Amino acid sequence: MPTKIIVDCSTGVTTEVELTAEEIAQREADAAAFAEIKAAEEAAAQAKAAAKASAEAKLVALGLTADEIAAL
Amino acid sequence: MALTYTAISTYTVDSGGTASIDFTSIPSTYTDLVVKLSLRGSSGNNVLMSINSSTSNFSYRLLEGDGASAASYNNTTGRLNYILTTTANTFSNIEVYLPNYAGATNKSYSVDAVSEANATTAFADLTAGLWSNTSAITALGFTMAAGNFVQYSTATLYGIKNTV
Repeated sequence: MPTKIIVDCSTGVTTEVELTAEEIAQREADAAAFAEIKAAEEAAAQAKAAAKASAEAKLVALGLTADEIAAL
Repeated sequence: MALTYTAISTYTVDSGGTASIDFTSIPSTYTDLVVKLSLRGSSGNNVLMSINSSTSNFSYRLLEGDGASAASYNNTTGRLNYILTTTANTFSNIEVYLPNYAGATNKSYSVDAVSEANATTAFADLTAGLWSNTSAITALGFTMAAGNFVQYSTATLYGIKNTV
């Protein structure tokens, strides 16, 4: 069972206690929520990068140079 | 450290490791709080912060460099940084600054964090965060999203006064 350390700042007393079932569930939910949002952000970033590469390829096909594309 | 800094409490993880370090009963006698963390995980994962035992009502904007590219994104968790375990015996550094923590307004915070690694990928993060709650901060928790903080990880809570 994972534990947590509680440092009581008023007394200086440190206590090690096992995480409750609710705390474990919350920790897992927080981690899952972050992973879900992060995955969505990464997917969006990859889609944006792919769209940029596609657009640049089309501009090259139209005859623009790399410097001209970068100047846009 | 300036005279206005006071170390309220510090904790160093022992050989058993622990999933979370919680500072409770934080006195309201300071102007600001700052927490300095030196952390290594049993596996790579995120470090999450709770305030007054709450992981809700957080929002933040993050700037991150990873050695190859820079990114900016926002989120609604208390995430502070991603701890790498790429390089053995290497700890990540995180500093959290919480101004006016005992006031009656929403609580802003900033995070300056690096995930140390002798590798191509390492993270340097700057975060502007907000905990949308007007309660005075009396407890701060730092939790590994999975696994444990390993031995020799440390957390120190400082109180800062605006006058000596």
